[in-house]
Amino acid sequence: MTDQHKDSTPKIVLQGMTKSFGDKQVLRGIDLEVAAEESLAIIGTSGCGKSVTLKCLLGLLRADGGSIRVDGEEMINAGRHQMENMRQRFGMTFQFGALFDSLPIWENVTFRLRQRQHMTRQQARDAAAETITQLGLAAHVIDQYPAELSGGMQKRVALARAIADKPEILLFDEPTSGLDPITGGVIDRLIIDSVNRLGATAVTISHDMASVRRIADKVAMVHNGVIIWCGPASEMDNSGVEEVHQFVHGLADGPLTLAAQAEARRG
Amino acid sequence: MIGFLQNIGRTTLAFLAAIGRLSLFTLAAVRWTFLPPYYLRQLGRQMVDIGYFSLPVVGLTTLFSGMVLALQSYTGFARFSAEDTVATVVVLSVTRELGPVLAGLMVAGRIGASMAAEIGTMRVTDQIDALDTLSTRPMQYLVAPRIVAGTVCLPFLVLIGDLIGVFGGYLVGVYRLGFNPSIYLSRTLEYLEISDVTLGLVKAAVFGFLIALMGCYHGYHSGRGAEGVGRATTNAVVSASILILIANYIVTALFFG
Repeated sequence: MTDQHKDSTPKIVLQGMTKSFGDKQVLRGIDLEVAAEESLAIIGTSGCGKSVTLKCLLGLLRADGGSIRVDGEEMINAGRHQMENMRQRFGMTFQFGALFDSLPIWENVTFRLRQRQHMTRQQARDAAAETITQLGLAAHVIDQYPAELSGGMQKRVALARAIADKPEILLFDEPTSGLDPITGGVIDRLIIDSVNRLGATAVTISHDMASVRRIADKVAMVHNGVIIWCGPASEMDNSGVEEVHQFVHGLADGPLTLAAQAEARRG
Repeated sequence: MIGFLQNIGRTTLAFLAAIGRLSLFTLAAVRWTFLPPYYLRQLGRQMVDIGYFSLPVVGLTTLFSGMVLALQSYTGFARFSAEDTVATVVVLSVTRELGPVLAGLMVAGRIGASMAAEIGTMRVTDQIDALDTLSTRPMQYLVAPRIVAGTVCLPFLVLIGDLIGVFGGYLVGVYRLGFNPSIYLSRTLEYLEISDVTLGLVKAAVFGFLIALMGCYHGYHSGRGAEGVGRATTNAVVSASILILIANYIVTALFFG
């Protein structure tokens, strides 16, 4: 999203990150670097460990080993308070929105703002209206509930909730999944605008290659729990890695067969 | 033979792991209940849901139980000319046993299921993870208010249920069995002691804690998809009901001693 990244110190560094569930080793040593204000997209087949990588980065899952550094601060064995403080610098959207069903949109959008600073009800409503109008939704939507909105509108509200208190790092899990190409394009544009406006670092998980080409500066592909290729988005088509070529072009024939994926998921 | 032993070992380990998980969850739930921030709006919502909206079901259950108890005890005591004790039997049975146990079981069905389904759905739709990312501890936001509301509201529900149950016995005693109203009421109060009511209310608080704990625990650890939430809901109701019956004996035995 930016041509030059201001700081040479990486914002996020993952080194040899591993994670197992019982006998099944999902991550076998993830190595990644994301520079400040850079936008990284993580691609890979279903079940390859993309979401687990994101959840380990955010401390929602405890990585078994390796190193996770955010602005140089080691998080792998962080205590609860350190982890909670670190999470305040992140904003995240989930694959299916994860909006709180029981709360109206304005309370969803200002959820963290209201936890962190004293706001009157009216101030919170105004802040929510301002945020969602920036994302192209009508202000009256703030009084509706998530179930009353379409999938595309829910994605926008989820984005509004993630950016409402201006985080330094934004994580997007499948931001365009389940959307038509036009709505997907709109969401991508909103993500780009939001990330640029905030000057945030972004990590996106996506299967949608059109979306990856639009929003990513750098792309990393996860396969069998390791990063098999990482490079600029512009070089994705000429990676020289068979799996990347097959995935990027959506080819049925190649090393990424359904049987191989099932085998990998079994560990 | 080895396979059989392996199965026993695996089942035992799984059982012990579940006990450990539940113990840690209980300790965390109790701990976070006392630590700020306090989500008073969540607490209020849960108190209305548990306390107010459970009134009809608890009221109807205790009303008809009191009525049946009056009829049955009359049938039994008439056989050795002790019909006069009907009012005493009704009030003691309702306050010491039937009120808390029936209210507990009915609330376990209504509230335990709804807590497990709501929290379970939040789990499978990533809403609990979303809470974490939004600087909110799920144990404090979701579990603590439910535990407090369950523990506080059940005694009030049972107290009201006791009154309705005794009133049910009064209706049958006076209008069906022909007791004199003032004599029935004086008999009701004559042998009733504060400790009878207190015992029922202590039980109710314990049951309320167990119902909320089971609802939250099973919802929090719900499996994936609709099937996982369904199983969590069933487990919440069944485990809460069984624990209520076990706790009922333990609390009664403690007071009995």
